[in-house]
Amino acid sequence: MTASDAGASGVRPAAVSARGWGWRHAGRSAPAVQGLDLDIAPGERVLLLGPSGAGKSTLLHALAGVLGDEGDDADETGSLLIDGVVPRGQRGRSGLMQQDPETQVVLSRLGDDVAFGAENLAVPRDEIWRRVHEALDDVGLRSAGPGPGGLPLDHPTSALSGGQKQRLALAGILAMRPGLILLDEPTANLDPAGVLEVRDAVGRCLDKTGATLVVVEHRVSVWKDLVDRIVVLQPGSAAGSTGGSAASSAVLLDGPPDQVLAEARDMLIGAGVWVPGYVPATRRRVSAGSGDLLLAAEDLAVSRERPRRRGFRTIPPVPVQHGIAAQVRSGHALTVTGPNGAGKSTFALTLAGLLAPVAGKVSAAVELSEGAGIDPFKWKANQLISRIGTVFQEPEHQFVTGRVLDELMFGPRHLGHGEERVDELLERLRLTHLVDANPYTLSGGEKRRLSVATVLAAHPRVLVLDEPTFGQDANTWAELASFLSELLDAGTSVVSVTHDQEFSAVLGGAELRLGPASRGGARQEAGAA
Amino acid sequence: MRDALTLRSNHALLTRANPLAKFAVVFLITLVLALSIDWVSASVALGAELVIFPLAGLTLRLLWQRGWPLIIAAALGGWSTAIVAADGGAVLLDVGIWSISEGSLQLGIGFMLRGLAIALPAILLMTCTDPTDLADALAQKARLPHRFVLGTLAAMRLVGLMAEEWQTIGMARRARGVGSQGSPLQRLRATLGQSFGLLVQAIRRASRLAITMEARGFGTGLRTWARESTYSPLDAWVLAGGVLIAAAAVVAAAGMGTWNFVWR
Amino acid sequence: MTTAAIKKTGNTWRVVDIVVAALIAITGGVIFWAWSQGAGIVSAPMNAVYPPLTGLIAGGWMIPAVLGMLIIRKPGAAIFCETVAATGELIMGSQYGATVLISGLLQGLGAELVFFLLVYGNFRFKSFLHQKYNLIAALLAGAGAGLFCGLNDSFLPWGWNIAYEPGDKLAYIVFCTISGAVIAGALSWIATRGLARTGVLSSFASRKAASEPVFN
Ligand SMILES: Nc1ncnc2c1ncn2[C@@H]1O[C@H](COP(=O)(O)OP(=O)(O)OP(=O)(O)O)[C@@H](O)[C@H]1O
Ligand SMILES: Nc1ncnc2c1ncn2[C@@H]1O[C@H](COP(=O)(O)OP(=O)(O)OP(=O)(O)O)[C@@H](O)[C@H]1O
Ligand SMILES: [Mg+2]
Ligand SMILES: [Mg+2]
Repeated sequence: MTASDAGASGVRPAAVSARGWGWRHAGRSAPAVQGLDLDIAPGERVLLLGPSGAGKSTLLHALAGVLGDEGDDADETGSLLIDGVVPRGQRGRSGLMQQDPETQVVLSRLGDDVAFGAENLAVPRDEIWRRVHEALDDVGLRSAGPGPGGLPLDHPTSALSGGQKQRLALAGILAMRPGLILLDEPTANLDPAGVLEVRDAVGRCLDKTGATLVVVEHRVSVWKDLVDRIVVLQPGSAAGSTGGSAASSAVLLDGPPDQVLAEARDMLIGAGVWVPGYVPATRRRVSAGSGDLLLAAEDLAVSRERPRRRGFRTIPPVPVQHGIAAQVRSGHALTVTGPNGAGKSTFALTLAGLLAPVAGKVSAAVELSEGAGIDPFKWKANQLISRIGTVFQEPEHQFVTGRVLDELMFGPRHLGHGEERVDELLERLRLTHLVDANPYTLSGGEKRRLSVATVLAAHPRVLVLDEPTFGQDANTWAELASFLSELLDAGTSVVSVTHDQEFSAVLGGAELRLGPASRGGARQEAGAA
Repeated sequence: MRDALTLRSNHALLTRANPLAKFAVVFLITLVLALSIDWVSASVALGAELVIFPLAGLTLRLLWQRGWPLIIAAALGGWSTAIVAADGGAVLLDVGIWSISEGSLQLGIGFMLRGLAIALPAILLMTCTDPTDLADALAQKARLPHRFVLGTLAAMRLVGLMAEEWQTIGMARRARGVGSQGSPLQRLRATLGQSFGLLVQAIRRASRLAITMEARGFGTGLRTWARESTYSPLDAWVLAGGVLIAAAAVVAAAGMGTWNFVWR
Repeated sequence: MTTAAIKKTGNTWRVVDIVVAALIAITGGVIFWAWSQGAGIVSAPMNAVYPPLTGLIAGGWMIPAVLGMLIIRKPGAAIFCETVAATGELIMGSQYGATVLISGLLQGLGAELVFFLLVYGNFRFKSFLHQKYNLIAALLAGAGAGLFCGLNDSFLPWGWNIAYEPGDKLAYIVFCTISGAVIAGALSWIATRGLARTGVLSSFASRKAASEPVFN
């Protein structure tokens, strides 16, 4: 595709202005955002930071004009305007990328999905296709040509990896030519290479169109060079309760990245921001653990698909990974790493006794099984939870009740013990103020912490955590890492799937690196710490 | 289930016809056959449908996979008609409330064939029609409100994903201590719980998908279409073929004197 | 500080209404399809004994109409959901062929009429009844859908029971109506309350369904 000239990009950058803006969600007593005063000039690129639950996603949704479908008891105060007009009803002026890539896909063919936004804005047909090709080029899902990322326009969107979906969502937004691009943690769950690719794709598009950007992300280092302003939010309740003139604003800090990072570094660290070059202090491990073998995988092949039956034959699925060997030892951590789509989650689920191996075996040592048998996949559900606790990559899958407290009590009640730990968990993972909330209405980071807490509450010997730290600010991150290191000292074993190198460094232990799918033969290397 | 909702590898001739033309033909044949219960018109239509199957890319194996419940259902329909319909001619069987006579037996057989001849075109239609193309045609050609058509299409994609989701939710519940083992009653309870969980998850996804769609400007007003739904000469052939089959069925039945109007 | 009221949408359908209604309906369509397969097995003994008895399982096909309306609470929800559900069944491969669409439309209409008369239509007598989307409305809507289902199956040319004798037709229609009220009406009402309790319905008018009074 020929790149269109600057005039043809036809994007009018948007200006944002908030005056004492606040929002309280339905069913909540405290507002998510309160007293927000903020002006963003056309073409400015803003990195929005703040602790988990500070209302960043809420603000982005409001700017995209999609807030307020949740019923009459939600509450808005002050004003929030784009180019002097309320965002609702100005659809197409802004393009929003939500936190969850799975719900970003609308249609089942790649090309149609990118075209969807432009169609809704009544762009003429020829122009739509020009934009679709251009957008796919920009995000590196080149539609034409035989490049490695080359996908045909009728490629099924269900057959994309997480990273590809995130790029697709970005392409769909770009094809609308919005004046305001809103990205909510666009690189969560991406592997390190994917993070840079998506960031560069965003950068290219901004250079071309000059649109205004508001991006939410916990890690400053990735976006620091691309943005020209950093805004730090503080939680709505904090802004309201202090009452003082300075603290009553929702904006804690505001300024150019270098200046803010240099002058207010301590304040940023205090607010839980991931400042470049700073790793929050965490508890040190004191004991090395007994190292008794609890769980072992031998020559394991894994897949999500089940064997198919054709006539009298059973056809085993093609494994995403095979030949995996790993040992899980008491008091030792094991980190599973690898690119997106490598099969890390699939391996973790198999190791945790939730998926049947395609080949090879997972066997539990007597110390772990305590009479339940050698194969964790055959254990009963309540035998499983006291032995191996699993946190899924997508937190919502695991919620089984309608209230945060019930959710935490669920495991202990089933087991008949451990209810007394719940308060401590609530406190340490900063969920105390949310005990009565519905788990599904939590912010992204809060959901993640809750799903980790529910599993910790059952106090299993082996913990299998899939991306336990995504979407966490530095303070909660440190709390979580310290907590896990305590558990390790107490003899628990922690298996974590993560792209987060600082996290694996804190936990120490061995690393199991999975190559791209279907290469196979991954062996664990001792001593990452 | 996912395969049932998309057709990726089907390149047969009829996949290129406009879905509305195919729909019109299927409705025409269905209505004509519905007007009479007789074995001749049904057999003629059934024969013609079987001949057309390859054009829709339907293999015998696929047909068997999808078609066997229909055959059973058609047979049952025939049986129930045979014993309940008004009697005529010699009585063949009479036990208590059941009675089958020559007249009602003939009606029953005609009914069974008719049931098959009505069911097969729908299978044929769906094997060679992509839901996305159908939605395009319904919104652009049939002028149904596009918000409803596209909203349904998007929801349909989510339902296709629910098969995978089912497995994941099953695992996630097991990891929380909600098992699906034990007595049949416990298993039924677990399955119901899991289905409910799936429905909850699906509604939540749908709500969030609606936000995505709104954020992409959906539902505000006029829209254009990246792919135009068009008619081609093929559609004329499809229509002509449909009319021919319907006419052949009527003429054959009238000629053999079996035409038997339902509302006599 | 100004407090802006959240936009009230009244009777117009929002995008979220459409997508969730369609989702419920298509899920219903898949359940239909399974129900139709299962119905073949269950209805065999019924058919063998007394064919009109099959009307007793007809209610399963009408769940989307009542459930959709109880959740979405917008005019047209019953018709929309039931028709989309029928389309879903058609796509999965239905033994009823294209006529399933007509049946769906009519069953939806049956439920819709009841809701129209009792709940959202503008009639004077409603002020005596205090009708809401409560159990009675659900049962009656289910019965309405069942009645239309029975009529469709017994009197329209594509109906499966078109050749029955009048007495049997009447029996079938009565069975359908009962089944619609119990299976479609009561089950949908229970399901709506269950769903409301989980909080998924927070963006719909039915978000408080779990705490609404059962009658009046
Ligand atoms: N739909 C909702 N209903 C009720 N409360 C909500 C809803 N969405 C968010 N909240 C609450 O509002 C507050 C702010 O949430 P928001 O998602 O904006 O946080 P965030 O800054 O994006 O956090 P994170 O970094 O964890 O994603 C949180 O306390 C959250 O629990
Ligand atoms: N529910 C599913 N059903 C079938 N295949 C799946 C499913 N989920 C993922 N896959 C496929 O299995 C492969 C491995 O997926 P998996 O989720 O294990 O990767 P991952 O290494 O965890 O990736 P990520 O870093 O993106 O989480 C991928 O190719 C993916 O397309
Ligand atoms: Mg967020
Ligand atoms: Mg994963």
